[in-house]
Amino acid sequence: MAFTFAAFCYMLSLVLCAALIFFAIWHIIAFDELRTDFKSPIDQCNPVHARERLRNIERICFLLRKLVLPEYSIHSLFCIMFLCAQEWLTLGLNVPLLFYHFWRYFHCPADSSELAYDPPVVMNADTLSYCQKEAWCKLAFYLLSFFYYLYCPFCTWISSALTVTPSTHSLDFMNVWWSLLRI
Amino acid sequence: MSAPAGSPHPAASARIPPKFGGAAASGAAAPAGPAPAPHQQNGPAQNQMQVPSGYGLHHQNYIAPSGHYSQGPGKMTSLPLDTQCGDYYSALYTVPTQNVTVNTVNQQPGAQQMYSRGPPAPHIVGSTLGSFQGAASSASHLHTSASQPYSSFVNHYNSPAMYSANSSVASQGFPSTCGHYAMSTVSNAAYPSVSYPSLPAGDTYGQMFTSQSAPTIRPVKDNSFSGQNTAISHPLPLPPPPSQQHQQQQSLSGYNTLTWSALGLPSTQDNLIRNHTGSLAVANNNPTITDSLSCPVMQNVQPPKSSPVVSTVLSGSSSTRTPPTANHPVEPVTSVTQPSELLQQKGMQYGEYVNNQASSAPTPLSSTSDDEEEEEEDEEAGVDSSSTTSSASPMPNSYDALEGGSYPDMLSSSASSPAPDPAPEPDPASASAPASAAAPVIPQPSKMAKPFGYGYPTLQPGYQNATAPLTSGVQPSNPVYSGFQQYPQYPGVNQLSSSLGGLSLQSSPQPESLRPVNLTQERNILPMTPVWAPVPNLNADLKKLNCSPDSFRCTLTNIPQTQALLNKAKLPLGLLLHPFRDLTQLPVITSNTIVRCRSCRTYINPFVSFIDQRRWKCNLCYRVNDVPEEFMYNPLTRSYGEPHKRPEVQNSTVEFIASSDYMLRPPQPAVYLFVLDVSHNAVEAGYLTILCQSLLENLDKLPGDSRTRIGFMTFDSTIHFYNLQEGLSQPQMLIVSDIDDVFLPTPDSLLVNLYESKELIKDLLNALPNMFTNTRETHSALGPALQAAFKLMSPTGGRVSVFQTQLPSLGAGLLQSREDPNQRSSTKVVQHLGPATDFYKKLALDCSGQQTAVDLFLLSSQYSDLASLACMSKYSAGCIYYYPSFHYTHNPSQAEKLQKDLKRYLTRKIGFEAVMRIRCTKGLSMHTFHGNFFVRSTDLLSLANINPDAGFAVQLSIEESLTDTSLVCFQTALLYTSSKGERRIRVHTLCLPVVSSLADVYAGVDVQAAICLLANMAVDRSISSSLSDARDALVNAVVDSLSAYGSTVSNLQHSALMAPSSLKLFPLYVLALLKQKAFRTGTSTRLDDRVYAMCQIKSQPLVHLMRMIHPNLYRIDRLTDEGAIHVNDRVVPQPPLQKLSAEKLTREGAFLMDCGSVFYIWVGKGCDNNFIEDVLGYPNFASIPQKMTHLPELDTLSSERARSFITWLRDSRPLSPILHIVKDESPAKAEFFQHLIEDRTEAAFSYYEFLLHVQQQICK
Repeated sequence: MAFTFAAFCYMLSLVLCAALIFFAIWHIIAFDELRTDFKSPIDQCNPVHARERLRNIERICFLLRKLVLPEYSIHSLFCIMFLCAQEWLTLGLNVPLLFYHFWRYFHCPADSSELAYDPPVVMNADTLSYCQKEAWCKLAFYLLSFFYYLYCPFCTWISSALTVTPSTHSLDFMNVWWSLLRI
Repeated sequence: MSAPAGSPHPAASARIPPKFGGAAASGAAAPAGPAPAPHQQNGPAQNQMQVPSGYGLHHQNYIAPSGHYSQGPGKMTSLPLDTQCGDYYSALYTVPTQNVTVNTVNQQPGAQQMYSRGPPAPHIVGSTLGSFQGAASSASHLHTSASQPYSSFVNHYNSPAMYSANSSVASQGFPSTCGHYAMSTVSNAAYPSVSYPSLPAGDTYGQMFTSQSAPTIRPVKDNSFSGQNTAISHPLPLPPPPSQQHQQQQSLSGYNTLTWSALGLPSTQDNLIRNHTGSLAVANNNPTITDSLSCPVMQNVQPPKSSPVVSTVLSGSSSTRTPPTANHPVEPVTSVTQPSELLQQKGMQYGEYVNNQASSAPTPLSSTSDDEEEEEEDEEAGVDSSSTTSSASPMPNSYDALEGGSYPDMLSSSASSPAPDPAPEPDPASASAPASAAAPVIPQPSKMAKPFGYGYPTLQPGYQNATAPLTSGVQPSNPVYSGFQQYPQYPGVNQLSSSLGGLSLQSSPQPESLRPVNLTQERNILPMTPVWAPVPNLNADLKKLNCSPDSFRCTLTNIPQTQALLNKAKLPLGLLLHPFRDLTQLPVITSNTIVRCRSCRTYINPFVSFIDQRRWKCNLCYRVNDVPEEFMYNPLTRSYGEPHKRPEVQNSTVEFIASSDYMLRPPQPAVYLFVLDVSHNAVEAGYLTILCQSLLENLDKLPGDSRTRIGFMTFDSTIHFYNLQEGLSQPQMLIVSDIDDVFLPTPDSLLVNLYESKELIKDLLNALPNMFTNTRETHSALGPALQAAFKLMSPTGGRVSVFQTQLPSLGAGLLQSREDPNQRSSTKVVQHLGPATDFYKKLALDCSGQQTAVDLFLLSSQYSDLASLACMSKYSAGCIYYYPSFHYTHNPSQAEKLQKDLKRYLTRKIGFEAVMRIRCTKGLSMHTFHGNFFVRSTDLLSLANINPDAGFAVQLSIEESLTDTSLVCFQTALLYTSSKGERRIRVHTLCLPVVSSLADVYAGVDVQAAICLLANMAVDRSISSSLSDARDALVNAVVDSLSAYGSTVSNLQHSALMAPSSLKLFPLYVLALLKQKAFRTGTSTRLDDRVYAMCQIKSQPLVHLMRMIHPNLYRIDRLTDEGAIHVNDRVVPQPPLQKLSAEKLTREGAFLMDCGSVFYIWVGKGCDNNFIEDVLGYPNFASIPQKMTHLPELDTLSSERARSFITWLRDSRPLSPILHIVKDESPAKAEFFQHLIEDRTEAAFSYYEFLLHVQQQICK
């Protein structure tokens, strides 16, 4: 197996997947911060704190909103790459999430142009716990896919190595990959 | 027991908690809100009747003429409950009860004592027979309890006016107000208009519950502990009983003491104590007592000793009656109240049982309390001065005697309720037997037993007497305050259940609320009287302490143990809150340390348990906390070492004055900014005249202190500011035309002190209506104006009132018309229910952050995209008013409505920079909130302003199994800055039982609360998903719950559509919701109307929302005084409710429909000319004009009745409804007919069809 486009896809997605993992972790932290106000109850009731807290919420929601598009587009990029590389299995694994993202993105309340992370909406305990669960699930998914992207090419190479005489090219690729793994 | 069962007097059973004696009295005295001078029945007497086992019944007949009772200057405010009672009486009370001409009280030798409290009002104590026999004694406890808690409901309706809450001083206000009850006039036995259908049910299931769960949970208690038990067992006051209940009180207790004046003062207590010992209780009357008060009160004191077990049945003959005082010559009513105040000393709260029996009711109910209770009562009697008023009814209370005290209050309440009483008259023999059997066994938790210092050790179970109490009061070293654990054990409950089983239900094991109802065959599903909230099945003691259902309601009054059980029931679980409601009585507590749980920060409340003197256990998180030193001192009694008697622990609704810990910055002043649309459209509509007029009239009544500030802005395509700085000779108008980047021309002088610049403000208000008469500007730059308002308000926070008359068309936040008129009656998709832009939402959040609320008045004739505009109020905790097709001359009814709404709006109470936190027992969790606010963290609602008309709803889920607890509590704490610049915390605590069986869950459904919660959820659904989804969800809610019921609980044939009695109105209400403007399809509905209806659903408190969903229909052409109540010296007829169907309309009649915000009077073609002439003021049907919005003030009886009825309805709500008189043939009748929700329309099912549809769905 040569250093094919597929291999490139895996490498790229590996890197991007790491980014997605950070996104997911950031989401989890953000929702946690939204959920709990770490001030003491008395402080919480203070009008001055109220202002800070509100600003904080708006800032978090703003960031959340900002992150939606990058995350979705990165993931879509995976799917497109794997489609082009004809990695059907990997594509198949990613498609459900892709559809979920589409649904999330386009399924918004009647007229509002905003995405899901709207302060009054997201502060609803129900929504918040949903979002948090979603973030945890995504984190798990991205972690799994990270290792999948990491080892899948290797497995492919092994299997191809068993059937086909190794070529220098493939060895090159293997070296590259090994060096990656060692990092 | 002396209370005669059938005392006709409505007032009779008022009860005052002894502890707050003073307060209580005041409560009684408190005038019914609406009715300033209701004739009060006997003061807020408390009836406790305890008959120790073996005691003969005591009859007491008290005749208490109405009196004003004023409390002494207790620090603490009077108990809310009491006041409520007072209100209740005055307002709701339908006097109708029979006139009791003479009540004879049997005095038993030695037993009677006279209490004279104030000189003006001598209390006559009727003697009761105390016969104690050990054997019989157990059975004989009868407690008559007035149901006071419910009274609050009454207040709701009746008396907005009575509001004494704020004053920290406490409850003194009542005295003057207390209504005198005019009982005399009404003479019917007829039931008062108020019926509590639910009550009986509650009782019954209560019983079930107890029987089922109680035994398992709690260990049986020894007799020796009986004293303790009793303390625990004090039944809470019944939920608002129908007036009837009040009327008839029977208290069978060894003691009847009447206390008119609450004991606020230690001295009084002392007296009481002495009395106790001496067997004479002298109540001290507060000097403040008004003349009117003079009430002779009869108390029967029974000597503890066993008197022959005479059936205590109080027959009329036996009852003693005191002649009414001069003040109330009219009223022959004698009410006997029995004070029960055992617990104070003991550290327990008293449970007092007042048995109310409706004399008229065929089934007399006697509530019997446990033997133990009797003991306590005896003690209490000595201790407290409680006035018990029992109306002597000619009817003997045979039941009481029969029961042997097995009945809890609940029964009595149920009986009294006008609603058909399910309970058959008990077979005396059978009844007594179970009761007696039950009595001896008192379940108590084993652990509890030790700590019960306060238990009455001295009292022997069999013989408890007055003597004991004294000692007990002193003794309890570790009183366990009412803890959850304790009351579950409540012996009374067991007795109840047993007695109920035997008596009321005719040995049917099922409680009334579970009685299966075949919906398709039950033709008259709607009760004749308004539906009341079910009473949680708690022991009487807790019931008495529990939060008023007006403020706090749960959709399930029996909380399922697990989420699985809840899922099985398919019912929504949630809370309905009305936290800032106008209260007539509210204990206000000032103390340096506000006692809160250290881990969950719960405020101390009546449902915590005191482990010993120094420690209390939080009822939400179960952490054990220390009792601070300061808390050991009770300001009410001026005694030390009785933390359980502090007002915080005696009232489930209290208000704390917060210390400086609760504020970082000084409390903000009241700041009001008015942002007025002055474009051509607005000037045409002419609202400015009305607004300015209202403002001028109410300028002095604006809530606030000397720091109050006010400002004005107007806008069309530019923004105009008004410089009102003191010293100017006239207001300066500053115009800012740069609407893309709004700035404040003179930031300091735009918001000015109301008092310093009053003249300038008045000048401006006088000039404003004419300033823009010739304007040609049609544009409206609302967005920029709001931005400017935000800038102006951000330093202080406050309230912005926006008046808008059209779509904003300039600058930020401009909106396009989105409504397609052709889609108005579409049955498919209703679009544009959500906002078109998030500008207003963002602005609202900014405002919320700056503690500014935006209230929107939308007065428009065309589509104005309320869906978008409403966001500015929704998220800033404002309120929304909508006046479709407003025009000051063309639409006078709307103009009038605006005027009245403004009056209320400007003068009502307001709280600034508020936050509300709702806590619940560990295991429960809150998720979605409904209302106008912003959720700041998951359980903290940020409310820039709070107003008394705002309601909230919360959905709950059960995260952990509640198997290890038998009670759950919810606590709402609302922290706000009052208009006087005080930081205050209003705390409501609600306690509900936990059940483990599905049947119990169904038995405890509060169908109105469930509907309101569903409506809120449906609004969310229609915005986030679609209207049809929401409609489906509503139908599914019915289908699911009824099918779940059918498959699990009822084992009847599946062919019929069965529902438990508690849910029988569910399909009807859901159908009403489906035909509500917010959710209807197929009928032409303007988008703004629809959105406004949704906004109202989200923000209205339950009582108002229910009227909006399901209007009340009355026939008013034949009003009679039957069942009428007296309010403010006016007789208010109480016509029965009619179902909302055209079949009820006859051409010969005239009908009044009460839709909450609007009244319709429909006049049939063949309506009697006498009615038209006497009430409407026109000679015949043909001459009635098409548009008629007022009833003329004619000097005829029928006119007076109609007007007093309508006025009474009006007084019960904050916003004055407008009245439309609709002729049978006028085009306006469509408006009227659309509310007849049981009828078929082109687009919607009739009620029967809907039932068939549901049935079909279930069978699928």
